[in-house]
Amino acid sequence: MSTQTPGEGEVLHRVELTDRTPVMRARGLVKRYGRVTALDGSDLELYPGEILAVIGDNGAGKSSLIKALSGALVPDSGEIWLDGEPVHFRTPMDARTAGIETVYQTLAVAPGLDIADNLFLGREERRPGPLGSIFRMLDHQHMRSEAQRHMGELGIATLQDIGQAVESLSGGQRQGVAVARSAAFGSKVVILDEPTAALGVKEGNRVLQLIRDVRDRGLPVILISHNMPHVFEVADRIHIQRLGRRVAVVTPASHSMSDTVAIMTGAAPPPPIE
Amino acid sequence: MTTGFEERRQESAQDRIQHVLHDRPTLGPLAVLLLAVIVFSVINTRFFNPENLSLVLQQVTVIALLALGQTLIILTAGIDLSAGAIAVFSSILMANLAFDAGFPGVLALLLGLVFGTLMGAVNGILVTRLGLPPFIVTLGTLSVFFSLNSVVSGSETVRGSDMPAIMTWTGETIPIGSFRLTYGSIIMLLLFGFFFYLLAHTAWGKHVRATGDDAEAARLAGIRTDRVLLSVYVVAGAVYGVAAWVLMGRLASADPNVGTEYNLDSITAVVLGGTSLFGGRGGVIGTLVGALIVGVFRNGLVLAGVQVVWQGFAIGLLVLLAVTIDQWIRKVRA
Repeated sequence: MSTQTPGEGEVLHRVELTDRTPVMRARGLVKRYGRVTALDGSDLELYPGEILAVIGDNGAGKSSLIKALSGALVPDSGEIWLDGEPVHFRTPMDARTAGIETVYQTLAVAPGLDIADNLFLGREERRPGPLGSIFRMLDHQHMRSEAQRHMGELGIATLQDIGQAVESLSGGQRQGVAVARSAAFGSKVVILDEPTAALGVKEGNRVLQLIRDVRDRGLPVILISHNMPHVFEVADRIHIQRLGRRVAVVTPASHSMSDTVAIMTGAAPPPPIE
Repeated sequence: MTTGFEERRQESAQDRIQHVLHDRPTLGPLAVLLLAVIVFSVINTRFFNPENLSLVLQQVTVIALLALGQTLIILTAGIDLSAGAIAVFSSILMANLAFDAGFPGVLALLLGLVFGTLMGAVNGILVTRLGLPPFIVTLGTLSVFFSLNSVVSGSETVRGSDMPAIMTWTGETIPIGSFRLTYGSIIMLLLFGFFFYLLAHTAWGKHVRATGDDAEAARLAGIRTDRVLLSVYVVAGAVYGVAAWVLMGRLASADPNVGTEYNLDSITAVVLGGTSLFGGRGGVIGTLVGALIVGVFRNGLVLAGVQVVWQGFAIGLLVLLAVTIDQWIRKVRA
């Protein structure tokens, strides 16, 4: 299927990927809103240890696909498997409980809360003993040190103060907090929706590095992005969504950026899916 | 490892003040309070007398309690225009249950507290279930509760002497030297301590802030924001119910015709205390300071010989100043 000759390493990498069973798999997802069909039988596979980019034009059904995977919408039909087990998410909480963490584009964090509070938002830890069980007292110290550790593991420990309000951080730092949260609590899959969209070049590159770090720590990542250079920089495989379906899966080695865009916009016929 | 995240802009003095105020929002109100106390003490030495200071505290106790409930609601980016109406109506219910229906004092108080809580719940249900803006909901219930208040009371005051002693117990004082502390003020301070703890040290407190800060982000983080909102209105209603008891002690009666200014005064105290009307930022300690600022200004201006009509003018200016500063602080950037 390839028009270029991929390097040897990349071939090996690909064989390795397709060899294993997917962490997450979706088949025939359909979602209709009245007469509008957002998802028209969409499939998806995510393999262990990979960054899967999902790209598509506006209205291709990227958002609906991601929402279905993260529990933010319930598909009309179709199946989703996680580690081979069928799952049926009714709320974002269901997906989180199953180990899927999602970072949403603009709504990643609560700006007035500090970094540690944001990391533990919705899953605060209480003090041991009666202080926690009777007085419901939070274990600030433990959450802070844990937050420091998680941020440190992803190389964003240089923030002066874990007790700093998130709104006093730059866009890239905020996104860093959101990614750290998903990496800290996601046990199966991390989904990132346009994580670099609002960022400058330098900060965008920092976040890309974070995404690689998350993958290298063993968590597969689904990355939704409009930014082709970013996609080609970090993605192991690229899922192309068009008119509510997956039309092709390519890799940065198998297809050039312009070929990929041509498939995405329908200007070129999609290659067959293996 | 270099991360590119560690750069900081060179900070000007102005930036630094902005940062300090941003990190500690009660600092500004506290400075205003101290300054006001010093200035009024210099103008009229009677101001700092323990008798006068106890009077100031007694005068602000009811407003402070209403402002406490109000703070919780404003932290969620809401507003409660019915706070005073709930408190006054609750006090009328308490008094009439004891006086007309002959209920024992404690039972009448408890039932009044339940009614206050229910009125808060009505607000909360309208806000969360129907998705109406809190301003409109409480504008409506303000009218409804005041009207019911007139119907139930027949616009008649129940005198303290006609009620069981427990109903006005909150107005009794403990002398500390020549400072006279009322039981009502003690209850008020205890409740402030309690809610300070809840906001700072429990998950509920974090969720209240997160909901007010960015409701959608909180929801996506797995917080059931509707439940949080409802709980806040219910709890605020209960606090107004306690305020009703303290109000009867303060007035030594239950008067259906007081309290028209309570709603706005409670909001004033919250705003002066540094809690942002846009939600998520501030806290109850600031509100206590804010209520004290209102009390100190009203009392101090009188002692300074300023005509009563100018009180509103001065407090209005303070509110405008507080909101301006809040807007400025919110623009803080790293």
